[in-house]
Formats: sequence, structure tokens, C-alpha cells
Amino acid sequence: MSDPMRIRATEKDGIVDVKILMKHDMETGLRKDASGQAIPAWFITHLYVKAQNKEVFRAHFGSAVSKDPFLNFKYRGAKGDQLMVHWTDTKGDERADEALVV
Amino acid sequence: MPEFKKFFRVLLGLGAVIIACQTSPFCQAQPVKTQAPENPPFKEIFQKGFRSQGIASIDRLTQDANQIFCSDPRRAQSAAGMKEARMIEQRNLESIKAPTDGVYLGDWRNGEKIAQSGRGLTWSDVPETPVGGGCYNCHQIDEHEIAYGNLGPSLWHYGKNRGSSKEVLIYTWNRISNAKAYNACSQMPRFAHSQILTEKQIQDLMALLLDPNSAVNQ
Amino acid sequence: MNIRSKLRRVALGVSLCGSFLSVCAQTPNEEIAKYREMLADGNPAELYEMAGEDLWKTPAGPKYTSLQACDLGLGAGVVDGAAARLPRYFADTQRVQDLESRLMTCMESLQGIPEANVVNANFGEGSKKTIAALVAYIVAHSKGMKIHVSGAHPEEKRMYALGKEAFFYQSGPYDFACASCHSADGKRIRLQDLPNLLTRSGASFAWGSWPAYRVSNGEFWTMQQRLNDCLRQQRMPYLVYGSDLSIALSMFLAKNANGGEMLAPGLKR
Repeated sequence: MSDPMRIRATEKDGIVDVKILMKHDMETGLRKDASGQAIPAWFITHLYVKAQNKEVFRAHFGSAVSKDPFLNFKYRGAKGDQLMVHWTDTKGDERADEALVV
Repeated sequence: MPEFKKFFRVLLGLGAVIIACQTSPFCQAQPVKTQAPENPPFKEIFQKGFRSQGIASIDRLTQDANQIFCSDPRRAQSAAGMKEARMIEQRNLESIKAPTDGVYLGDWRNGEKIAQSGRGLTWSDVPETPVGGGCYNCHQIDEHEIAYGNLGPSLWHYGKNRGSSKEVLIYTWNRISNAKAYNACSQMPRFAHSQILTEKQIQDLMALLLDPNSAVNQ
Repeated sequence: MNIRSKLRRVALGVSLCGSFLSVCAQTPNEEIAKYREMLADGNPAELYEMAGEDLWKTPAGPKYTSLQACDLGLGAGVVDGAAARLPRYFADTQRVQDLESRLMTCMESLQGIPEANVVNANFGEGSKKTIAALVAYIVAHSKGMKIHVSGAHPEEKRMYALGKEAFFYQSGPYDFACASCHSADGKRIRLQDLPNLLTRSGASFAWGSWPAYRVSNGEFWTMQQRLNDCLRQQRMPYLVYGSDLSIALSMFLAKNANGGEMLAPGLKR
């Protein structure tokens, strides 16, 4: 059971600035633990954002994205847009959180 | 206006004392009661505040005479304290052992590795963890290494500036082995005395500083 | 501007700024400060704050109660400004407590979770993970406020004196005390600045910026964890979590920091 994302979205002059903080270990699979064993890879692979069910952002993340990723992007939108952020990871876990544009 | 002049002079004097005090670390906080080692409440709290973990045993809390002396800055800075400091330095100097094989300079390339490594002796290390000197934590050594601390003086061109006479070799060997032989409350650990580094490691550090071929002396 | 003159400018800039002794203002410290500013926008500590708020309000433990009746010094359930006033003396426990030990008190009295559970857990796991999140939440509610530790109560005075003595206590294989590195201005270890904890500006920078999210290991560290790791690097044994010693050191730092700003939850390298 993953932890909730923190989503902040503000609109100005027709442009919505979206900032998303995700809780995820984002293990590359290259790190070794104290006993020298490689820690298995586990990271977010796909992410999409919808505003009122219309996709406004899509990303493919790789192992180079850091732990607890922070994502910031802009799209043309309006106050009151209903955002839904969804990610999937290498284990098949998914998470979706919602936020309102202010 | 003589009274005013007098008053002003007193003010200036006071101001000077206050400024001098501000820059001294020992004037900062409220005066504390005796720092005597046999102050039970403090010792008890200090002991209970730690537990042994890994290779760091609770024995590490036991202070030797040098540490007791330097833990009390007021005592160390007093007139009597200054005298005590000289005696402590003398004792430290007398306890230093010269290299058993009579060789002062080892391998400077290895010395650089030892100087770079800050590992070893913490409770998260194992006995097999190779212990480093952590020298760059406090000193500039090879000027090409920009990640250096400033708690100690720069050692760049150490040998170039001093040559390698017997006196310099012995002085440098002593400084690394037991820096408190020259300054009782030096912040530098006593690398041989406290068995942090081996004789060979110190020989390599010596070479880093004094070998004319060392990168430090180019 | 055509590409050739653009490249020329870039090459000039690189050669000027590339050398260590350069005319540019980009010292390593300034670069690090710029990097920190960029990161501050998305401080993962906020995720811990969110989790902490949940934990504060959700019933838990054998007594199945929330922590909303917990008194952090400003009255039951008052979170705003509480962290800025800690450590302080508490009449109900008759001792000076910092935020973490006070949370342990509340977890035991309100929720029935024994203090030993928290003390024995590893940092970042189990009950310590819970406390870390709670700390993030509570400290965030003092962000921007002035550090305001009283130090007037006799017990607070005593703890301050003990903390000061501990600060200067040299021992272990390196002969280190806190004072070895933290009692002068302008010092650094490698490229890490060492605040002078005897001055108000140094102490408030240190005390006011922890707890913090550490980017280098992706972990959120509370003040107790930071103190523990400081002592580890001093080659001392393990600092007992929530011990009077840890609170005495905290009292010493916090009182020296009085008047400074609460910047936490912070972001560190």
C-alpha cells in the first residue's frame, strides 16, 4: 500500500503549473545492501495526468529518476480543473491521487 | 568635561571587553558549576546516555588525563592550566615511538589514499574496515583536491617548504603520531598513540608530505 | 547571435569558470546553495508531514486512541507553535522533554504503545518511522516562527548546564567533543560548513533546520537521529534515543538558538 502523492496545481493566465511529489523508493537495481547483495529494481515506469478525463501529461520513467520523485510541468487549463495523477511501477503496483487546480 | 571623558573611557573599555568576549567561544553561555570529573550527576547522565554498539564500546567514554584537561576550557586557559598543558605536552612527546625499522618515508601514493579515506572505528564499521586518516577532513594537502576542510592548516608544499632534515622528519612523525605533544589541546587526533593508524600508514603519510616526488611537493 | 559567437561565449565562460581560482562568483558553496534552492520546491519532507497528520488524527495502539489529546506544551492537541518551544519542562512527567520524547510519552499514555517499542526500533523503521512522520507534521506547524525556549525552570537550567558540559566532553579514540568542530566561526569539514553552535546564528541554523530530508540517502532524519549520527562520526558509542543526555544536548542547542527562525522541515544534502 503506497503513500499518497502531494499535488499542487495553480493557474495563472491560462497556464496551470502542476507540482507533484511522489513517495517511491525508485530502486535502480544496481545498489548493493550491507551484505553485498544487489537490491532488486523497483521503480515507477509510467505516469499520466488527466484533467477532467482528458490526458494532459504522460511520461515514461526509467531507473535514473531519483527516490521520492518531484515532477513539475505546465499545461493550458483553468481554475477548477479536476486533476488525476496515476503511476504504475515495475512490480505492477499503481497509485492514483486527485487534486483541484486553484 | 572630565567626568564625561572618564565615563566614555570606561564605556570604551567595557566595549572592548565585550567584543573580546564575543569572539571567544568560552564566554558564550552561562557560567557552569565545577567541571570536576567527579561531578556525579553529569557522569551518571552521560553514562546512561550511551550504549555499546558494534566496535564502539562504552569504554570509549572513559577519559584519559589529556582529555579531562581539554574538556574544561576555562581550566585549560588559566595560568595554572597553561603550566599543566606544558607537562601534558612533555608526557605526550616522551611517549612517542620512532619507527621500528628506522624508516620515516613510505609510499606517497598510498599516503594519498589514506589521507582521502575517512573510514573506520565508528559503530557502523566492522573490525575489518580499513581505517583511514581522514586528513582531508581538516587539511588542504594536494591542491588538486578541492574538497578539503579548514580546521587545520594547509599542507600543500609541506616538504618543499621545509626540506627533509632529520629534525623535520622527527617533528612531522611526532605531529602525526601524537599532535598533542606540541599543543596539549590540539584538535588533531593522536593517530599512533590512540592506535588509529599503523606505523606503515604513518610512513606513507610522511611520504605524501615529505617525499620530493610526492604530488604535494610539485 | 550566430552559433559561432554563442559557442565562443560558452567556451570563454567555461574556461573562466572552470578553473578553481576563477573570476566567477560560482564557488562550490554557492553552487550547492543554488541546487538547494531548486530542490526546496519539492521537498519530500512534505510527504512525511502528510503521513504525520494522518498518524496524529488516526486512532492506534492497544488503547485505540488518536494523539489529538497530546499536550506538547501549549495545551492538549495544540500543534501550532509547539515545536518552537521545545525542549521544556513538563509538570506531568516532571522532566525536561524534547519533541520526540514527548511524543513517546503521549503514545504510551494515550495509545498504550510502550516507550521501549520506540526506543528499540531502528531509525526509519516501525515506531521510529511513525515518530519521524509525526515530528515532520508538528515541526511544520512551527515553520517560520521564532525559536522560543524558556530555560527559566530550574530543571531546564540544569539540563542546559549538563548539555554544555557534554558539548565540551572529549573522549574516544579521536579525542573529539562537539566543541572540537562546532566552537569557532568559518570552519568546515571537507566542504561541509560547520556551524558555530556556541553562537546564536550557528545554533539557530543547526537547531532550526532539523528535522530534514536528506537527499543523499533519501531519508527523513529527526533531531535525535542527527545527534546520534554526529556522535557516531565522533567515534563515540551509540546515543540512547530519548535519553536525558540527548535532551540535555538539545536543550543546550535550542537555548543558544533562541530568537532564530524555525526553518524545519528542512532539506539537506
